Amino acid sequence: MTTIDTNTESSEMPEKDPNAVSITINGRTVEAQKGEFIIAAADRADEFIPRFCYHPRMSSVGMCRQCLVEVEGPRGPMMVVSCMTPVAEGQVVRTETPQVKRAQEGMIELLLANHPLDCPVCDKGGECPLQDQAFSHGAGESRFVEEKRHYEKPIAISELVFLDRERCILCDRCTRFADEVAGDPLISFTQRGNNTQVMTFPDEPFASYFSGNVVQICPVGALTAEPYRFKARPWDLEQRESTCTTCSVGCRTVVQSSRDELLRYQGVDSDPVNWGWLCDRGRFNFQSVNSEDRLENPQTKAGDSYATTTWSAALDTISRTIRHATPGSVAILGGARGTNEDAFMWAQLADALGVTMRDAQLDDGLPASIFSYPQATIDAACSAGTVILLAPDMKEELPVLHIRLRDAAEKKKIRIIEISARETGLTKHAWRSVRAESGTSVTAVQQLLADSAIAAQLASGPVVVVAGRANLAEDAAHTMAAVDAVLAGVQNASVLPVLRRGNVRGALSLGLAPQSGKDAVAILEASARGQVECLILLGADPMNDIADADLARRGIAGAKFVVAIDTFLTQSAAHADIVLPAAAYGEKDGTTMNLEGRVTNVVQKITPRGTSRADWMIAAELGLLLGHDANVTTLADVQKLMGKKVPGFGATTTSVAVKRDGIVVTVPTPTRTSFVAPTITPRNSYEFRVDVSRKLYDRAVGTITSPALANLATGVSITIHPLDLERVGAAIGANVRVSNAHSSIVLPVQSNEKVPRGTAVIPFNQPGADVRELIRHGDSVVDVRIESM
Amino acid sequence: MARLTEENVRLAREIIGRYPKARSATIPLLHLAQEQDGYVTNDAMAHIGELVGATSAEVYGTASFYEMFKFEPVGKYLINICGTMSCALMGAEELMHHAESRLGIHMGGTTPDGLFTLEKAECQAACTEAPCLQVNYRYRFRVTSENFDTLIDQLQAGELNSEIPAHGTVAAVRQHIPADRGVGAVAPEDVTEGPAWLDGKAAL
Repeated sequence: MTTIDTNTESSEMPEKDPNAVSITINGRTVEAQKGEFIIAAADRADEFIPRFCYHPRMSSVGMCRQCLVEVEGPRGPMMVVSCMTPVAEGQVVRTETPQVKRAQEGMIELLLANHPLDCPVCDKGGECPLQDQAFSHGAGESRFVEEKRHYEKPIAISELVFLDRERCILCDRCTRFADEVAGDPLISFTQRGNNTQVMTFPDEPFASYFSGNVVQICPVGALTAEPYRFKARPWDLEQRESTCTTCSVGCRTVVQSSRDELLRYQGVDSDPVNWGWLCDRGRFNFQSVNSEDRLENPQTKAGDSYATTTWSAALDTISRTIRHATPGSVAILGGARGTNEDAFMWAQLADALGVTMRDAQLDDGLPASIFSYPQATIDAACSAGTVILLAPDMKEELPVLHIRLRDAAEKKKIRIIEISARETGLTKHAWRSVRAESGTSVTAVQQLLADSAIAAQLASGPVVVVAGRANLAEDAAHTMAAVDAVLAGVQNASVLPVLRRGNVRGALSLGLAPQSGKDAVAILEASARGQVECLILLGADPMNDIADADLARRGIAGAKFVVAIDTFLTQSAAHADIVLPAAAYGEKDGTTMNLEGRVTNVVQKITPRGTSRADWMIAAELGLLLGHDANVTTLADVQKLMGKKVPGFGATTTSVAVKRDGIVVTVPTPTRTSFVAPTITPRNSYEFRVDVSRKLYDRAVGTITSPALANLATGVSITIHPLDLERVGAAIGANVRVSNAHSSIVLPVQSNEKVPRGTAVIPFNQPGADVRELIRHGDSVVDVRIESM
Repeated sequence: MARLTEENVRLAREIIGRYPKARSATIPLLHLAQEQDGYVTNDAMAHIGELVGATSAEVYGTASFYEMFKFEPVGKYLINICGTMSCALMGAEELMHHAESRLGIHMGGTTPDGLFTLEKAECQAACTEAPCLQVNYRYRFRVTSENFDTLIDQLQAGELNSEIPAHGTVAAVRQHIPADRGVGAVAPEDVTEGPAWLDGKAAL
């Protein structure tokens, strides 16, 4: 008998995962994780178990009972619901025995007892889990002869979502989503027994920013979305997987079209990013691409109006203007709405022409040096011990990141410390939330770091700072200095920059970041002084987006020649000498970079409108005319060149990963500079400090040109604390005069006890009075006086 | 339509204080709202949502599950006549016909003076005393047409005021539990040990 030295033996063996469980499904051994449900293990093993209520991204509830399977038990086989039964070592599961089949057929028969079977007129028909599984797992006929339930059909439960209660099988997916994922439990099961129905509170609509998701996950045709109702049959749709570029979260989507018209976006489950969810703005703004108001041909200014011209004539004029311009007097603003390839080719052209005035941001984010800090991904933030928020209200600006952070906080994976001037969507999920008036975030950070309980929390694990521009009426240096303060006080903290615009990180990383401090503000100032002879607006709309309205006006007016490359005749484009129509999202292939630096692909699904082109083509052709031929004719050429010139981008052109979860690319970043919070002048009689930030629905061009979203903007108002309102002496809803040294505007006043005393909240870019009149660039903070009228 | 009165908000806060989670007070607060207005108004549900930290839709979802919460005004006296087996055998149907003709309304209706609402009910667990009915959930046993008439006369004359309060009032005397007499329930997420009978082993 030989003795085996168990010590050496075991040290060579890979350590057994203590959570690994081995079960048998239909005779096959399947490895599973402790705590996992049978249905999840079966899914991974490609053993399909029918289901309606089970959703891998939500908690199991066992509502529909369709996933019945047989599990060997001490008294023989037992029927269990596989979405509620955890796996156990040695468990024997059978999913296809005659008993299981009989049980599943019975469930389908019961679910169909009240279902109207109006498939021929139902939008879901053709992609309906109930239809499909009635076919695959149903008996084929029903024994029920009784009258089915009847309800008025359909009823609108919000501006975007319709509910047909007859079709509903009460699976609890939509209500669970609203409660667990979106955190907006505005729909609920009401009544009881045979009368049970999903319903909102009387006269209180399901006005969630995430309402479109319930339409996507509804396993029957009970919930339909207004923008897609009766637009197409699923089998007429063609689709390609892409990435949403409405904001910088970079949610994966499928873009669906029929007859060369975009008809629907659906969320795709990308584990590091969006988990299948989309916000309503991203989901429904496909309507903007189909808009009648899209630019179709190059336009040249002829007096007060525009005349259609040809591409060659337009590009010829532009190239002549650039050639004759004084060196150093050409400027490029924008690039964050396009693809990486667009930004790269424009940066190449700028390099070749020696253009130093360029900025992909419009002074509405943070300096590009935010990328020089140690970087964190979304996943890193959602699993960090502590997340410090120095950011805007993510529910308004980056909704799906809000969902991810909310989920992590709810599941106690992270503790959120929020430093903000007012309550945000994440405040109620925060471990600590401190109110720091605009301009005081550095002090607030220092106070927090001095607190022993908070120091202990910060020392307990990784720390991620989520940094973004919380207040457009506050100098960005305040936020940067606060980030510096955190990093100085916390070892190994990393930063997740939350710049909002679709591909802003890609554009900044690929060469459209300001050079030697000449950012958008400096460019517009130079332009106002008459130092810009050719201003190229690359999908940028400074007249709408620069927080300093006066600077935007002077800058645009001062430019000798303005070229706008855009999909619509925006406010700024309307001042251009030449307008070039750009291909929109869904009309061009390429890649995009999300806020964490993840590169994924975007795809062309339909033909570009009119003669519109991708931005990179325009840059390439202009280069050719100006004697700087980049020698590219296809997107593949551009990507090859980009891979060669930009370290980190080599892999993205060949990798299949960009077609799903993407690759996090690190590009060389500007050197890190430290920031000092600008000083704040005394308020004197201007007793309210203004907090200006975006809401999800505003006058953004993609929103106002989407009919379903156009009317969802709340409109402008100023919100102050009820006691402040009393002092001002105005009634709720009444107009007040808001003024400072720069200007004065008139807008309705609202009150909210959650707004701190002395703070006034005004949403940005809403229909109505323009808050930007009160903001001047370089102002540390903006203080105003409010007077009743 | 009315939110909870100031007095009732004080009561509501006292009730909420009894539970480790404010939401647990939803149903007692719905009773409070029904006691205040005779039925549960939309404004009261929205108010309860604010008090317990739920949306109005969640409060409505919970409330509408229960037959005894009314969302439309009902009479001062809600008369539930049992129509299940034993009562049916002992003449419930005749009793209902009589009630309808005596009050001049159909089952489910309310008299124009707002005094009576008639409802057909399922088994009230008094089968040995069939046919039975409840007035604002207070029993009347072995009800004949004659003593139904007497009951109505007495209610109209206000003779039963001390015994049968207006609809919505659960108990004539409201109990106040001093904080030190509360059971001190622990929030479910704070329970770290399994029950004693599991011998210290954590439940599942």
